[in-house]
Amino acid sequence: MSRPYETREHDVLVVGAGGAGLRAAIEALARGASVGVVCKSLLGKAHTVMAEGGIAAAMANVDPADDWRAHFRDTMRGGKFLNNWRMAQIHAQEAPDRVRELEQWGALFDRTADGDILQRAFGGHTFKRLCHVGDRTGLEMIRTLQDRGVQMGFHVYMECAVTKLLTDGDRVCGAVGYWREQGRFVVFRAKSVVLATGGIGKAWKITSNSWEYTGDGMALAFDAGAELVDMEFVQFHPTGMVWPPGVQGLLVTEAVRGEGGVLRNRLGERFMERYDPEKLDLSTRDVVARAIYTEVREGRGTEHGGAFLDISQKPAEYVKRKLPSMYHQFLELADVDITKGPMEVGPTCHYMMGGVRVDAETAETSVPGLYAAGGVAAGLHGANRLGGNSLSDLLVFGRRAGLAAAERAGRTGPGAFDERQIDEATAEMLAFFERPDGESPYAVHRDLTETMQSLVGIFRNRDDLESGLAKIREFRDRWDRIRVEGSRLFNPGWHLARDLKAMLTVSEAVARSALRREESRGAHSRTDFARSDPTWGKKNIVVKRVGGAMELSERPVPEPPPDLKTILEAP
Amino acid sequence: MKEAVLRVFRGTADGGELVEYRVPVAPGMVVLDALHHIQGYLAPDLAVRWNCKAGKCGSCSAEVNGRPRLTCKTRMDSLPADRPIVVTPMKAFPVLRDLVTDVSWNYEVNRKIPPFSPRAGTDWKMSQADVDRVQEFRKCIECFLCQNVCHVLRDHGKKREFGGPRFFVRVAALEMHPLDGLSRTKLLKEELGLGYCNITKCCTEVCPEDIHITDNAIIPLKERVIDDFYDPLAKLLRKVFGRKRT
Repeated sequence: MSRPYETREHDVLVVGAGGAGLRAAIEALARGASVGVVCKSLLGKAHTVMAEGGIAAAMANVDPADDWRAHFRDTMRGGKFLNNWRMAQIHAQEAPDRVRELEQWGALFDRTADGDILQRAFGGHTFKRLCHVGDRTGLEMIRTLQDRGVQMGFHVYMECAVTKLLTDGDRVCGAVGYWREQGRFVVFRAKSVVLATGGIGKAWKITSNSWEYTGDGMALAFDAGAELVDMEFVQFHPTGMVWPPGVQGLLVTEAVRGEGGVLRNRLGERFMERYDPEKLDLSTRDVVARAIYTEVREGRGTEHGGAFLDISQKPAEYVKRKLPSMYHQFLELADVDITKGPMEVGPTCHYMMGGVRVDAETAETSVPGLYAAGGVAAGLHGANRLGGNSLSDLLVFGRRAGLAAAERAGRTGPGAFDERQIDEATAEMLAFFERPDGESPYAVHRDLTETMQSLVGIFRNRDDLESGLAKIREFRDRWDRIRVEGSRLFNPGWHLARDLKAMLTVSEAVARSALRREESRGAHSRTDFARSDPTWGKKNIVVKRVGGAMELSERPVPEPPPDLKTILEAP
Repeated sequence: MKEAVLRVFRGTADGGELVEYRVPVAPGMVVLDALHHIQGYLAPDLAVRWNCKAGKCGSCSAEVNGRPRLTCKTRMDSLPADRPIVVTPMKAFPVLRDLVTDVSWNYEVNRKIPPFSPRAGTDWKMSQADVDRVQEFRKCIECFLCQNVCHVLRDHGKKREFGGPRFFVRVAALEMHPLDGLSRTKLLKEELGLGYCNITKCCTEVCPEDIHITDNAIIPLKERVIDDFYDPLAKLLRKVFGRKRT
């Protein structure tokens, strides 16, 4: 039985309207393709608006010694050399042009005294490298890209969720989704599909991520047969709010430390002196997050289980100008004036280094016609991402994905797909309403986030990961029994039921990859394998669906050519 | 544990009613936390828009006790404890469901505005002081609370003739961009109906980003429209010396 649906047709379908999706759409449009952009929220609300600190690009406006080689080296070192070297090279080389382009499209960055784009210091970056707009860089970026895309004429399908990719043999040729507003189904036919759906933070209890971050693109790609890689590497940002309870996990930008903020424990000690005496508060995020976690666990935490972060030694006017949204966020939500006293902060699940494996040049996945860029893709960041490298990632690889997707659309015809794929996708979505009784999706989600937080968190070990996996299997059984109340009209419970499926797939990939990697490296810390193991340092873990089941394999990390090795070996 | 009583609008464009929910109160709780509690435990189909929960995305706009607010920034302890908290959708836009309204009209207005158009031969140097003025407007998170509260839209429904404060802020950001070379005064006068605004400052009052919409955006734009269309001397001077100022 076929259920009614509408059909839309484009050369290129972009799933996600954050920085990567919009940049991909702009590039595909510029190449003459017809482009549709699908997003779960309204246009301009994507998680990119939350990005605060800045865009990393070796423009050398503040530190003339900076260049792409230094940025490349910092990125590889931050990622503990598990990165795809070619992605890191392209990223470092192209980021400055992508920033200049934003400026030419109307973005207004903070300025140096000479009138150039101002750059600030950030963790793991040797030079002052982050182009920024106070602490609302992401908003500036999204608004600039949004206006550019609207002017160029992309079709935006707002509040629409994609639930399945359509395939023709081994290639992707479209997607099935539904309008959140009316609950009606829609089929997108496209010659190429770009995934730009971001990360998976909503599988953890304490997270800086919005409701949209449910691993959709990773799960869609996995279901279509694409490879995922580096799934064990989940970034916990060291500084999220810890109090009051409602804002737990909310991001406190690294720019606070970039502008001179200092971490202290309950005893007033600058504890980073013990964890990274050289870089101190501006060490990489994996190191700082573990340091705060350890301080709290060993009894030196603050009243609400965090560390103090203090910028009040700087003049109040300076703090308000450089960190305006932090100032308001703490004043309004936590009754703390950060120009007068310290903030309380603790680690919060923030970013997924892992994701869909892509080709460095084209951002194409292992499935023909399917591309992935930004948070949903993997490779650039390796075992740990440097702050500021995400916004530049979105622009550099968003553009490359859009370019390659449009080129492919120019040389292929539309695929043909079997109607049964659509029937399956719509039946799965409607099953939630058809059960006479069952559990609320919210209950299953709460339990999943508790499990991921306590068993697949910052510090991991075999026992925890195995019990985590057993629980994920239970949640999968419970998911089969979820019942959604109410109608199909803008029903958030229904949407969560669907998002949960993606979260369960990705959570399993994370836990299984974490169990497999028996060492500690970057953001992956095993208490039972506390050291880095050089043999593991040469391997990425790849996750793929084989005959309906999830399978893991190990792949050698690609070796950089000799000239890049020389750059990496420089002091 | 302390409890709060919320009365939340449930319904569609065809009508609805206020439904009462009891929600446990935690320290520092905001109205959006209460709405999430209702979704999680009492009414899983309660329709609410939200994204960042940090006042940065402008999704969770609604009216709390009749005042247009971001629910993520409205502390429960800032509201009177002796009566129910009434949460209703933005009044100026058609209800889709519960607290979710159809704001698509705003996206249509936005499409009318010509984009940033850099002057030929610019060297892309700008001073912070010049940028500061525009960055105030660029802070806008498009929560549309200013549109919701503006009487031209809210009470008189002039959506065809009027662009609303959000888009005056957007045009101001373009007009005052240090490197922009275009004039949009004709658009302001003829398509966005700037003249309908009688500077009651309601928009400025509700702006969660504290943008001085009336003083810094609307009034200077009104002056530019007057210069361009009603001041013959200025018109003549422009003909002689060229058009654009920043």
